[in-house]
Amino acid sequence: MNRRKFIEQSAASAALVTIGGLGLQSFTSVRSKHITILHTNDVHSHIDPFGPDDGRNANQGGVARRAALIKSIREENPNTLLLDAGDIFQGTPYFNYYGGELEFKLMSMLEYDAATIGNHDFDNGIDGLFAQWPHAKFEFISANYDFKNTVLDTLVKPYKIFNVGGIRIGVFGMGIQLEGLVDKRLYKETVYLDPIEITQDMSRILKEEKNCDIVICLSHLGYYYKNYSQKISDLNLAKATKDIDLIIGGHTHTFLPKPTVEKNFEGNNVLVNQVGCYGLKLGRVDFYFDEDQKKSGSGTSIIV
Amino acid sequence: MRHKLILLLLACLVFLTCKKHPNYMTKIEAVNIDITDSLGSTASIDEFVKPYRDHINKDLDSVLAYSVDTYSKSDGELNTAIGNFMADLVYVQANPVFKSRTGKEIDFVLLNHGGIRSIISKGNVTTRTAFKVMPFENSIVVLDLQGQKVKELIEYLVRNKRAHPISKLNIELDTDLNLKTASLNERPLDFNKNYLVCTNDYLANGGDRMNFFKEPDSLYILDYKIRNALIDYLKNTDTIRPVRDNRFIQTN
Repeated sequence: MNRRKFIEQSAASAALVTIGGLGLQSFTSVRSKHITILHTNDVHSHIDPFGPDDGRNANQGGVARRAALIKSIREENPNTLLLDAGDIFQGTPYFNYYGGELEFKLMSMLEYDAATIGNHDFDNGIDGLFAQWPHAKFEFISANYDFKNTVLDTLVKPYKIFNVGGIRIGVFGMGIQLEGLVDKRLYKETVYLDPIEITQDMSRILKEEKNCDIVICLSHLGYYYKNYSQKISDLNLAKATKDIDLIIGGHTHTFLPKPTVEKNFEGNNVLVNQVGCYGLKLGRVDFYFDEDQKKSGSGTSIIV
Repeated sequence: MRHKLILLLLACLVFLTCKKHPNYMTKIEAVNIDITDSLGSTASIDEFVKPYRDHINKDLDSVLAYSVDTYSKSDGELNTAIGNFMADLVYVQANPVFKSRTGKEIDFVLLNHGGIRSIISKGNVTTRTAFKVMPFENSIVVLDLQGQKVKELIEYLVRNKRAHPISKLNIELDTDLNLKTASLNERPLDFNKNYLVCTNDYLANGGDRMNFFKEPDSLYILDYKIRNALIDYLKNTDTIRPVRDNRFIQTN
C-alpha cells in the first residue's frame, strides 16, 4: 500500500461515512414529509372582525387575525397550501362599494394558492368577476363550469398541481348548479357539468396520469342536503367517487366541529371538511408521508 | 480505481433509490381553528384595509335625510308607516324609469313585510340606515299580470293579514276580515284585465310563496336595486314623516 492509495482509501471510507451520515440524516428529514393544507370558505366579504356587540359572533373572525394565524403555521411548516372554496364575495359593504377588489387583494397578500368559484361570486355578473381578476394573484380552478363562451374562457383551469416539498398535490374545483340559484343574466353562457362524471375524470387524471400524492376537491357543492338527500353534495360526491383524499367544501355554511371521514366508492377513507362561513374559522389538514411503506402499516391513520 | 468505481456506483445507487422512492401516506391530522382575538393580528393587513374602511364608514355615515320619529314594521296590523314609506318610494323612484322605457305606468306596488330588515330611528337617516333596512341586493321589477293572478294576489293579502307594503292599491276588509273592496284610485279592480305590478325580483321568483307572480305575461327588469331607490329617494328628501293610513284596513 503506497501513500497515494492510502489517501484514496481513507477518502473513500470518509466519503462512505459521509454518505451514510448524510443518508441517515436525509432519510429522517426527506423520507418523511409533512404537508399542511389550510382552507376557508364562504368568507362573504367579511374583512373586519365581528364587533364586541354582535349577538352571535362577537370578536370573532377578521382577515388580519387570519393572516397572523396563517403566518405562524407557515413558519412552523413552509410546505403549506392555502385554499378557498368559494363565495368570496357578497355580505358586507366592502363588496357593495369595491366589487370584490379588496377581497382579492387581501387573499393575494395572505398568499392564497387557489380558490374555486361560488354562486355569489357571480353577484356582479361574470363581467364583475372578470373585472376583479387582475387583483387576484392566485389561481381559480373549476372543473365542472365550462366557461368557453364567456369572458373567463382560458382563465379558469380545471385543476392545478402543486409540487410542495417533494409531494405532488392535485387540486380540482367543483361548482354548484347555477340555474335556479343565480340569475342567468349574471352567469351568462357558463355551462354546468355533472359533478360526479367530472370528478371521476379529475381523480383519474390526477391520481393515475399525473401521479399526485394528494388529490383534493375544492368544492362549492354544499356539505349535504338533509331534505334533498339525492341532491349532489360533498358527502354524496365522496361516496360516489374514488382516489380523493380530501374534499374541502362550502356553500351550506356548515360548521363542522371536526372533518367527516366518509367511505368512497372503493371503501377507502375520504376526509370531508367545511369551516362554516364569514372567516370565523380556518380549516387545517396535515398530511404525513414516508418513503418506507412499512411505516404506513396497513394504511393511513386519520386523527380528527 | 476500484474504490473510485464503488464510490461512484454507491453514490448513484443512493441518489437513484432516494429519487425513486414513492411517498406513502402514513397519517392525516385535521382540526378546525377558531379565529379569535387571542390570535394576534397582522398590522400590515389592518393598515391596508384602513383607507377602504374609512371611506366606507364616511360614506355610510353621510346624512341623507331626517326622520321625525322611529318607525318599525311591527307598528301596525295591516299597514305600517315604514311599509307605506318603502312601497311609496319604490313607486316614486321606479315609475319614471318604467315610463321612460315602456311608455306605460305602474298600476301598483307590492313588497314583502319580511323585506324590511331594520327600523328607521328618529334623527339623521344615513346611507348606513339604508343598508340596514335593505341589506339585500334585490332589484325592482314590473310584471304584466293577468287579472286572475291579481285576484290571487289580493286573496293572498287577505288570507295573510300581514302588513306587506303596498302602494296605490287599497284593500278594505269587513268585520269578519273578508274582502270588502280592492281598488285602484277608488275604482274596483277588474279581474278580467291585466295590471302592471311593481315588486322585487325575490318575490317575482316565487319568494314568500307569492306564486301568483310566476309566469306573468311580461317581465320588465329595471336594473334598479331597492336599496339604491331608497338612497336616491332619501337624497331628494329633507325630512321623512311617513304615516299609517287607510290603504289596507278593516272597517265596519
